[in-house]
Amino acid sequence: MGSITPDFRFGNLVGSIIQLVLVILAIVTVLILPMIFFALFFVPLPVVNGQVLTPYLFFSMVVDPSRTLPIVKFLMHTALFKAAIFPGFLFASLIAAATIFIERKLLAKMQLRVGPLYAGKVEGIFQLLADGLKLISKEIIVPSGADKPIFWLAPVMFVSTSAAVVSLIPVAYGWVVADLDVGLIAAFALLGFFPLIALLYSWASNSKYPFLGGLRALHQMIAFEIPFFLSALPVVILSGSLNLTEIARSQNIFWNIFVMPINAFVFYISSLAELERIPFDLPEAESEIVAGWLTETSGMIFGLIQLGSYLKLYALSALFVILFLGGWYGPQIFPHELIPGASSSNISLLKIIALDGLYNAVTVNSIFWFTIKTFGIILLMLITRGVNPRIRIDILLHTGWYKLIVLTFINLFVVLTLIYGGILGPGGIILPK
Amino acid sequence: MSNLEEKIDEAKKLSMQIVKDTEDDRLMTLSVGPQHPGSGHFRFVIKLDGDYIVNVDPDPGYVHRGHEKMCEYRNYFQNLPQLERPALHDSSNILYSYCLAVEDLVGIHVPRRGQFIRAIASELDRLVYTQYWLAIYGIFLGHSTMFMWPAGDRELIIDLFERFSGHRVTHCFSIPGGVRNDFPYNFKEKCLTQVNYFEKRLKEYEHIFYNNPLFRQRTEGVGILPKEDAIKLGVTGSVLRASGVPYDIRKVEPYDIYDEIDFKVQHMKTCDSFARSYIPYLDMVESCHIIRQLLDKMPESGDVRVKLQGNMKGPPGESFKRVESGRGALGYHIVSDGASRPYRVKISTPSFRNLIALSYLLVGSKLGDMPSIYWSLNYWPIEADR
Repeated sequence: MGSITPDFRFGNLVGSIIQLVLVILAIVTVLILPMIFFALFFVPLPVVNGQVLTPYLFFSMVVDPSRTLPIVKFLMHTALFKAAIFPGFLFASLIAAATIFIERKLLAKMQLRVGPLYAGKVEGIFQLLADGLKLISKEIIVPSGADKPIFWLAPVMFVSTSAAVVSLIPVAYGWVVADLDVGLIAAFALLGFFPLIALLYSWASNSKYPFLGGLRALHQMIAFEIPFFLSALPVVILSGSLNLTEIARSQNIFWNIFVMPINAFVFYISSLAELERIPFDLPEAESEIVAGWLTETSGMIFGLIQLGSYLKLYALSALFVILFLGGWYGPQIFPHELIPGASSSNISLLKIIALDGLYNAVTVNSIFWFTIKTFGIILLMLITRGVNPRIRIDILLHTGWYKLIVLTFINLFVVLTLIYGGILGPGGIILPK
Repeated sequence: MSNLEEKIDEAKKLSMQIVKDTEDDRLMTLSVGPQHPGSGHFRFVIKLDGDYIVNVDPDPGYVHRGHEKMCEYRNYFQNLPQLERPALHDSSNILYSYCLAVEDLVGIHVPRRGQFIRAIASELDRLVYTQYWLAIYGIFLGHSTMFMWPAGDRELIIDLFERFSGHRVTHCFSIPGGVRNDFPYNFKEKCLTQVNYFEKRLKEYEHIFYNNPLFRQRTEGVGILPKEDAIKLGVTGSVLRASGVPYDIRKVEPYDIYDEIDFKVQHMKTCDSFARSYIPYLDMVESCHIIRQLLDKMPESGDVRVKLQGNMKGPPGESFKRVESGRGALGYHIVSDGASRPYRVKISTPSFRNLIALSYLLVGSKLGDMPSIYWSLNYWPIEADR
């Protein structure tokens, strides 16, 4: 494992690579190019750089590297790209995958273990890939007496609802799939679907342990939804908008966490409860109710629910960053041009390397800071798993319905007092002129 | 005649009650069975009214292997390896009382150095067992770090066992007449290093687990077993001491050299799950002190065992000896009819005696308290089933 085989020859490697490239080229010429031509002649094409894109223009642009960038730029601003790749599903999935890896390694380090080590040569970096393949290849066992349509539908609903929450998250100015005027309300409304899905799935499993787990999930999520909403209320009052982009933009100098630390704390606790993470993993408490509402999941159904819950983890961490940590704002560390003087020069290769017209220093900087902050919050959410035991349901309900709501109200009144006293405004503290 | 009619009436009422109970839709029967991850090799059927447990039906016996009967077909030395199976990770203690009983029957005295070595092995095994138990207790309360830490540190003590007995878990080290072999060269220093390190780790356990407010919330005031009830139910070990009875066989009936050792019998008066989970921890701290004292007082050289004949005949008669194991008082009652095999061997296991408290404690508590009460009883199903 992880070593070069004895009959390894470098020449063989090069030879096989050349062979592979030739085969790919042959396939492209014989099959893929005719298909693209065929498609391009019948599909109405958009306008790029003031010219209507024709198949001839498209291919001339592809062949001339200096003219490829406008096409890429055009593609990057299509709705499909945003929803599917960035900042939509693929980006969130990659962050979720990174989260799983970091979680396993971090917990292992906390617990005197090594964690995943063998899959992939460096520190078991492909463990998730191996696990995913294993889950896909496993048989999905449907319990007898299960409500089959719901049993199959619920995991898909779980992932799609998580992805819908992700689509509301702006990672930089203008980089959001769905820029709704009521973005925050939409996010909370979507999060309200999760207890329903858990209950539906647990009911459809036709088993006692999932049923108890589903009821627990319902109790827990509903108990924590109200402090969850209330903790975001002062943010809306301060920024005067429900649009997540606007909320983030209102904090470009002054982060909300400085005036509402209690609310940030309540939001964090409620997110943990919403995510069913330790210490709030009652719906999956294994020593009491086997695996809670996930008891009858097997194979890729389990995989989908795990993917959904990690997407949700990303979405809630990102929401925390947008509401309290000033969104994507941070010191500018990227240069304004990748290679100085590239845009004014005539050398096309230099322009391509410098990604002229594609590279936007402010956007890249925003994405960088947003990702860093989100990972910080994700780490904070992961660490509780290593140091806390599970909480009991009556303590949990008491915390949700009584303590957290009171705490949110305290902070709400503090913020209102500051606003009406003329001390606090949308941009932060109003300085006397 | 009238007496019989009354009895029939009573039986009818009782059966009506049972029918009513089973028909009552409010109750949900939940099997915390052998496949359930929260029970071990053991099953109990609980009836739930909402989140409250109204009835518990313990059902032990899944790992009954008939060790007592097997003893009757083997001689006194052949019995050793099979008798340590019920409590694998506490094998020194489960053999200790057997050896004491056989020695009492035959009427021999173990050399002084042998007694010390045996006591050290016993205390080390108490650490191994308690760490194993603590790991399980931690994971069943959802604290994964508390599972990994003791399970990892346990290896250090197991390495010590490997040094002097050649085996890691089931070492079969105590034998009638002493111990199998002497400690290897330089063992004392090695043992002290490990014990010192382990004491440091114990403090960290307290920080991350016992002082955790969430853990305290879950265990304090849960599953209260008052002092009178604890005595009446006949529980032993940490469960009894957590109910405020300072009862330790090492103090009450000191065996071997335990009367020369200075140690405290830890007990708490809160009688709850927290006390029951904290007492084994305090016992571990105390065990470390005891090991240090034993290593200090141990004679530098001398015999470690009295050579006995391999198929020696036990003189007719009987003997009963108890030791304090990781879970409580563990006793052997051996009856001999003069043959080379015991006539009857009866093991009195602490686990089975602590099990009696289970249905007493669980009824009326919440489902969420079930793991914290059940595992705080220091119950080891394999030992209880024998």
